[in-house]
Amino acid sequence: MEDVKKLEEFQAKIDSEIKIEPKDWMPEDYRKHLQRQISQHAHSEVIGMQPEGNWISRAPSLRAKVVLLAKIQDEAGHGQYLYSAAETLGKSRDEYIADLQSGKAKYSSIFNYPTLTWADMGAVGWLVDGAAIVNQVSLQRTSYGPYSRAMIRICKEESFHQRQGYEIMATMAKGTPEQKAMAQDALNRFWWPSIMMFGPHDSDSPNTGNAVKWKIKRETNDELRQKFIDKTVGQAEVIGLTIPDPALKWNEEKGSYDFGEMNWDEFWNVVKGNGPCNKQRLNHHKKAHKEGIWVREAAIAYAKKQKEKQLVA
Amino acid sequence: METKDALINYCLRLGDSSLILGQRMAEWCSNGPILEEDIAMTNLSLDLIGQARTMLSYSGVVEGKGRSEDDLAYRREEREFYNTLLSERPNGHFGDTVVRNFLHDAFFYYLYQALKSSKDEMIAAHAAKSIKEVTYHLRHSSEWLVRLGDGTVESHEKVQESLNDLWEYTGDLFEMNEVDEVLIKEGIAVDLQKIKLEWDKTINTVIERSTLTRPEDAYMHSGRLDAMHSEYLGHLIADMQFLQRAYPEAQW
Amino acid sequence: MSNTDNQGDVWEVFIQSKPGLPHKHAGSVHATDKEMALQNARDMYTRRQEGTCLWVVPLNAIVSSMPEENESFFDPSDDKIYRHPTHYVMPDGAKHI
Repeated sequence: MEDVKKLEEFQAKIDSEIKIEPKDWMPEDYRKHLQRQISQHAHSEVIGMQPEGNWISRAPSLRAKVVLLAKIQDEAGHGQYLYSAAETLGKSRDEYIADLQSGKAKYSSIFNYPTLTWADMGAVGWLVDGAAIVNQVSLQRTSYGPYSRAMIRICKEESFHQRQGYEIMATMAKGTPEQKAMAQDALNRFWWPSIMMFGPHDSDSPNTGNAVKWKIKRETNDELRQKFIDKTVGQAEVIGLTIPDPALKWNEEKGSYDFGEMNWDEFWNVVKGNGPCNKQRLNHHKKAHKEGIWVREAAIAYAKKQKEKQLVA
Repeated sequence: METKDALINYCLRLGDSSLILGQRMAEWCSNGPILEEDIAMTNLSLDLIGQARTMLSYSGVVEGKGRSEDDLAYRREEREFYNTLLSERPNGHFGDTVVRNFLHDAFFYYLYQALKSSKDEMIAAHAAKSIKEVTYHLRHSSEWLVRLGDGTVESHEKVQESLNDLWEYTGDLFEMNEVDEVLIKEGIAVDLQKIKLEWDKTINTVIERSTLTRPEDAYMHSGRLDAMHSEYLGHLIADMQFLQRAYPEAQW
Repeated sequence: MSNTDNQGDVWEVFIQSKPGLPHKHAGSVHATDKEMALQNARDMYTRRQEGTCLWVVPLNAIVSSMPEENESFFDPSDDKIYRHPTHYVMPDGAKHI
């Protein structure tokens, strides 16, 4: 009885756009959904450092190097903001990291694709960050306070990321024939995985129902995907690259682009762990984590000694 | 030796040391012991590469042959790099990096303190800007050295070993030749033996706080002044220069 | 995860964006000691010149009111409209008051 009343009050708050804060009562499913979604988002930021990190040492100019480094650093920061938000739901970062490493928690599949050429730094910034931004802008209005605040900060910082990627693509597209070929190849490889970042079609997405009712998600997968495609097609045209979708066509009537069907077999395969880099990414994370154990233990031991000294003094 | 030639070389020394250490610190990205530290190390890298850009550009300007920061970073070979031997040491484990950086940060700290009054305006301005960054770097590496030295038995042993291993590259930091002589006379460069005295004090203080033991001065490697290096540098720059070398005609 | 290994404590971060303004909550960092907390906050939250002063506070040092106390804590001020200047009727023509 009590819970039914609480649930009604909770839904009334959501419906009148009052944010939910950590200490407020919330249905267990809401908490679980947020723990899963926010930590998945955090893991994606952190794992996402790897494919771009792959090119820092080889960045072709010092300017390109600092820009890429600053961008990856932001991603680490965003991972940190998101873990912080997720921790307010009563689960520690240690536990979230353990879930990631055991495979219980997922991260965005896009980071299981390899970055093979410098143009991939362009494609990742332009397409992957571009898709992420569409999602994140929408999530600024999410119903959970700490998540919404993290998203607002992230969106503010992300604004240069997509430009950085697009600038690389534009420069290469008007460069030597080899550079242009690299740019087109990067677009070919990253286009479909990028539009699949929005997840399955609404009709096949089991989590969408509650997430929309609770205003965790403010727009559905298909709505967000359409937004991304509509704003990206023109950008490709401006720099003279071709989007690898023969079915892509402006639809005057609905005022947006029609596009081809995505390869969902590939999508689920990568989600299940069979992407080109799934094992590599996770092993990299585990290795760094393991190599850090003695460092973290030392810092904890040092802090403990300091506290004891203070007590004595 | 002409002042101009000495100055070109002096800028390369400063710029190359920052560049190589910055490149090393960038290797830590996504490999740090904790997320916050990953971000901290990236910050160090960004500061260092920023410093390198200023000094390499200036070296190019003094030279007057139209070489840019990128020409100098990407189109020189091993025997043309004048970075400190310490800066090119591999990252190793986190303790190795902390020790390497600590020894190097303290060097940069006193060097830039002194170079703030260089008669060369560009170098003085560069030092005034860099000293703010390096002050923070030294604080960061010192605090970590203390945590690791005075942490667990394992961390103490590890970091003492790092210190013992890296010590033989510290002599190289303070070596001088004709370049220094010419520039000291002009009030542009500073006497590194004086820097060494200050460096020693800081090193001793922090080592003591860390409950570590300062290694005995034994054989010291040298190489910086003659662009002599360990084998590690070749791999570092091959990696760094790959795109510029593979596509010499391309603009990026 | 071994027994002695963890991600450190949570510290809340407050930033003063310029002198004269109050410190505002920015987020949190993990750290094992206060110097590390301060440095991590600096590297995490002031990369874009966001601040001139930083505070870090261990999360467990913060005392928060609880949502279930909201009625008794905050509603009693609902009817004290005399605390607001607009409650008072000023004669026409009165200035600077």
